Amino acid sequence: MENSTIYKKKGPLIVFLVPAFAFMALFLYYPFAMNIYNSFCKISGLGTAAEGVNEPWYTNYVRLFQDEKMITAIGNTMLLMLLTIIFQVGIALLLALLVDNIHRGAGFFRTVYFFPIVISATALGLLFNLIFMYNGGMLNNLLLDWGLISDNIDWKDENHFLTTMFSPVMWQYVGFYFVIIVTGLNNISPDLYEAAAIDGANGLKRVRFITLPLLHNTLCTCLVLAITGALKVFDLPWIMMGQGMPMDRSWLTGTYMYHQTFNAGDVDYGSTIAVVIVVLGVTISQIANRIFKEKEY
Amino acid sequence: MQSTKKFTLSKFFTYLVLSAWALTTLYPFIWVILNSFKENKYIRSDTFALPLGKLFTLENYQTAFERVDIFSAYRTSLVISCAVTAVVVLLAGVAAYGMARYRFRGRSILQGVIVASMMFPVFSTIIPVFRMMHGWGIVQFDNLFLSWLCTALPQIAGNLSFSIIVLMGFIRSIPIDLEEAAYIEGYNVFGIFFKIILPLAKPSFATVAIFTFLWSYNDLFTQMFFLRNKRTYSITRLLAEISSQAGVNYGLMVAAVVLVVVPVMLVYILLQKNIIKGLTAGAVKG
Repeated sequence: MENSTIYKKKGPLIVFLVPAFAFMALFLYYPFAMNIYNSFCKISGLGTAAEGVNEPWYTNYVRLFQDEKMITAIGNTMLLMLLTIIFQVGIALLLALLVDNIHRGAGFFRTVYFFPIVISATALGLLFNLIFMYNGGMLNNLLLDWGLISDNIDWKDENHFLTTMFSPVMWQYVGFYFVIIVTGLNNISPDLYEAAAIDGANGLKRVRFITLPLLHNTLCTCLVLAITGALKVFDLPWIMMGQGMPMDRSWLTGTYMYHQTFNAGDVDYGSTIAVVIVVLGVTISQIANRIFKEKEY
Repeated sequence: MQSTKKFTLSKFFTYLVLSAWALTTLYPFIWVILNSFKENKYIRSDTFALPLGKLFTLENYQTAFERVDIFSAYRTSLVISCAVTAVVVLLAGVAAYGMARYRFRGRSILQGVIVASMMFPVFSTIIPVFRMMHGWGIVQFDNLFLSWLCTALPQIAGNLSFSIIVLMGFIRSIPIDLEEAAYIEGYNVFGIFFKIILPLAKPSFATVAIFTFLWSYNDLFTQMFFLRNKRTYSITRLLAEISSQAGVNYGLMVAAVVLVVVPVMLVYILLQKNIIKGLTAGAVKG
């Protein structure tokens, strides 16, 4: 390939590369750097000029540690990350292992499981608002019909809001990890299973000693995706739990950043929260990568 | 004998679990579609009933079309998402071609730049982007065209890196012989891109286009920043508005959800092979 005469002249390369990279520089790299700078400034409106650097410059970062809502937001986001790893990736792994055993219908299940991912989280938020509705919602109706509860449950009160907020987020993305894991499973050579069968390893033993070790790298990918994914969640909680209800307990880093920027008009503090989101994402995925190091086979 | 029995039993449980999850995925959508044909009060009292006989009504859709401007929202969504998709496919296509075929100094640095930019969450760029475009004077909420433009630009940037990575992987796998043959016949590199690469890489271009389109159609966050005037609302933005203002009009809510979900559902049913294949090719868009 290196020797192809077509690509000896580098002139056209400029036409190919400049537009895309200019876009990225202008709308990703420059704003990213600018956002860090903004977090040290005082800015009271989205469209107004900065009123100089904060005094002292790290004011916003001190504030993070004193802001109870921010601490709640970070706590909730970390919890979401943990739950994502356990339930989303866990359910996806279970379903993928099961699908790997069947032939008929595998394509159907894949299509169905992946479907919620292409649906806007805004629509899903509205849908789940109706499902979790207090009076006459689908879930309360179902539980009443089955005689599991005698009174309607307020799914958005202080005892239930975390379940109500997190379960739709979990539910939506199971299919995403399912498809990734199924692809990983397909890459495992059938010869290995045959060899294992000859050695007498079947069923759970096969999963434990062959499938899971060989899925290690796939699961690592899922882990990192789950961590960065949890930090990106915005639409669903915003629609379902606007304004951190109940009592400022349901904030996530993303929704709180939007709230500070827009509703509270504290743009520089919003930028600071955005910096925190990036730092959390990079640090936690690095730690996860260290612990579950990718292996070569 | 015993092994056959065990075999069927495990098969049975396998299908049972798989179907149970499929049901949790499908049923909410079936439920919302059925309820969209019921009157407000029956949505709550007869939530599991089929919308037949006295339950059936088209009133919710009537309200949806009368009270909110659904058609203009569809138009806005279509214009923005099509524009974003077209620009992303073109720019990412040529960039991926350049990155895949040319050998030049700094190539690995640029590759790093592409991968790194996938890590920037939209939260960390949106405020400066808003301020920058405000400085250019194009953030004008009353102006339909400028509102579209302001929403589209950051969305294009946000989708480029994912698209370049997917396309680069595919273009690399195309044998170079065809390009050499075309070169001998007198095509220049631009001709080669449009006549050889584009047709050969069609499946992965389709994947990139579908993903970009859906992402842009569904992306509420950017739209919340730039679509502030009712006239400029996209369908997703409109839905967010309905959710905060419909109050107890559950009929309007279910109808609105159906109106937003159905176009995507159709696209998905038609193109699901490309969509799922695309995910496994690129694997990293959340």
